[in-house]
Amino acid sequence: MPRQLMKGNDALSEAAVRAGCRFFGGYPITPQSEIPEYLSWRMPEVGGTFIQAESELSGVNMVYGAAAAGFRAMTSSSGPGFSLLQEGISYIASAELPAVFIDVQRYGSGLGDIFQAQGDYWQATRGGGHGDYRMLVYAPASVQESVDLVSVAFDKADQYRNPTLILSDASIAQMMEPVTLPEMKEHDPNADWAVRGKHGKPFKRVTSTMYYIEDFDAYIKNKYDEMADAEQRWESIKVDDAELVLVAYGISSRICQEAVEIARSQGIRLGLLRPITLWPFPAKAFAEVNPDVKAYLSVELCALPKMVEDVRLASEMKAPVEIFLGGAHIPESSAIVERAVAILNAQR
Amino acid sequence: MTEKRTPNLLVEPNKFCPGCGHGIINRVLAEVLEESGLADYAVGSLAVGCSCLMMDTFGTDWVQAPHGRAAAVAVGLKRMRPDCCIFTYQGDGDSMAIGFSETLYAAIRNENITAILVNNGIFGMTGGQMAPTSLPGQRTTTSPKGRDAGTTGQPLNMVDQMKHLPIGYLARGSVASAKDINKLKKYIKAAIETQMNGGGYSMVEVLSFCPTNWKMSMEKSVAHVQNTVKNIFPVGEFVKNGERTDA
Repeated sequence: MPRQLMKGNDALSEAAVRAGCRFFGGYPITPQSEIPEYLSWRMPEVGGTFIQAESELSGVNMVYGAAAAGFRAMTSSSGPGFSLLQEGISYIASAELPAVFIDVQRYGSGLGDIFQAQGDYWQATRGGGHGDYRMLVYAPASVQESVDLVSVAFDKADQYRNPTLILSDASIAQMMEPVTLPEMKEHDPNADWAVRGKHGKPFKRVTSTMYYIEDFDAYIKNKYDEMADAEQRWESIKVDDAELVLVAYGISSRICQEAVEIARSQGIRLGLLRPITLWPFPAKAFAEVNPDVKAYLSVELCALPKMVEDVRLASEMKAPVEIFLGGAHIPESSAIVERAVAILNAQR
Repeated sequence: MTEKRTPNLLVEPNKFCPGCGHGIINRVLAEVLEESGLADYAVGSLAVGCSCLMMDTFGTDWVQAPHGRAAAVAVGLKRMRPDCCIFTYQGDGDSMAIGFSETLYAAIRNENITAILVNNGIFGMTGGQMAPTSLPGQRTTTSPKGRDAGTTGQPLNMVDQMKHLPIGYLARGSVASAKDINKLKKYIKAAIETQMNGGGYSMVEVLSFCPTNWKMSMEKSVAHVQNTVKNIFPVGEFVKNGERTDA
């Protein structure tokens, strides 16, 4: 396939169609509205369905119905709208249905504002909705990776019969970059669990699986334990000899990558661990880090630190874990280098 | 000797309280689906409350939605499985309070589904709280002195909300007499036929009773529907084949 220049949201939408997604029900909110806009004309072209729902609550439950019917279905939202999706996501997880969600994060709690941020980390990685469930959370750092991870998100949703989430942000969603799109894939909607009328067979009930499964506690714990072990993804850059390791995902990891290059050119041994899955957090990645590393620096675009708790757990606090908060502004790579140098100097 | 003919769709005895109207409505719906040859193509969407007891006893495919959202789930099902008969089955609290928006917007878009809304004027399973359809003066656990319409609003008439919309079929029936039950069966049959003919959204509201939470005998419950509830919620067909009948 030829490379082409595409906006993040548009490329992600096309990738969903090519992954076999044939249902989208959702509600406009900035900075993700290009996704429903794109799919409003693209879905009908491929025989799929697009519905502009009257609310996020309705949209997520349309996804629930389409997923129960066996089809690849998704919705997208941002910040305040992502909060409204949580009820439905909890039900879909409980019913063990595959579906894909997109949260293009925006800044702040409540209404917040529309620029890039990474403040939905806990809601994304801790369950968000009520009860005992998790989602596989993928954090793309480029438009190409958004495209690639959509396909993974649908496949993994099917494999585990569990909702999965792409946690993006306004920068990646709104930037244009060259991408290579995958080939069109067809999805068979006639899985044995899909409801389509019983056709002479015993009737099926799509509801919380806790009603059917004996020893449900152990079953559900095993399911998520398996995901947590098998699905960790990360990229590590120059961590094996690093004095200080930056930990960052999504757009902030791009700045950190530049910070590593700047620092290395000055003889400062910085490295970068970039989680690609945020749940499960890639704890295994920390085994690759220089055992003599002097500190970690969690770089996050929010006002209150969140991922740092996972960094502390995964690193087992074998070295101090410091925090760099981008807040409402994307930090300069030079500011990250300065901070790293200050941390290292303080330890000398 | 009379032959006992129970629809095959009723796979187990129902789990409703003695005297509850749901059992009758379940049976009527089962008869319509079987007689229409749709038992194998039907998928129901329900949420919580007493309705959800049907999932074990009513032998169609089911999806259990969050409280209020059955219509949205049904829309997702129908858009992807247009050959299936997709119906919702919800109580008044579920469909008219928390789910008002989903219920109404499915009708506004004239989605090709059938909604069965059971109006017994109370939240049954949660223990008898006030519903949108509770009558003025009705004592419930959250209106212990009787519903004060001055502060809680008048009972919600869903048929009035629906009849101005471009939908396929709209009726309100009841289970308060054998005659009413026969009419109800015709309404539900017409609603399902509307859907399967691609005629758009169809809704049947059913006046039912809840002797347990009304704290009435079954006889008094039936009389209450006949003498009081029907005056506030008139029965009949209001939209047929997309046309207002102004019944």
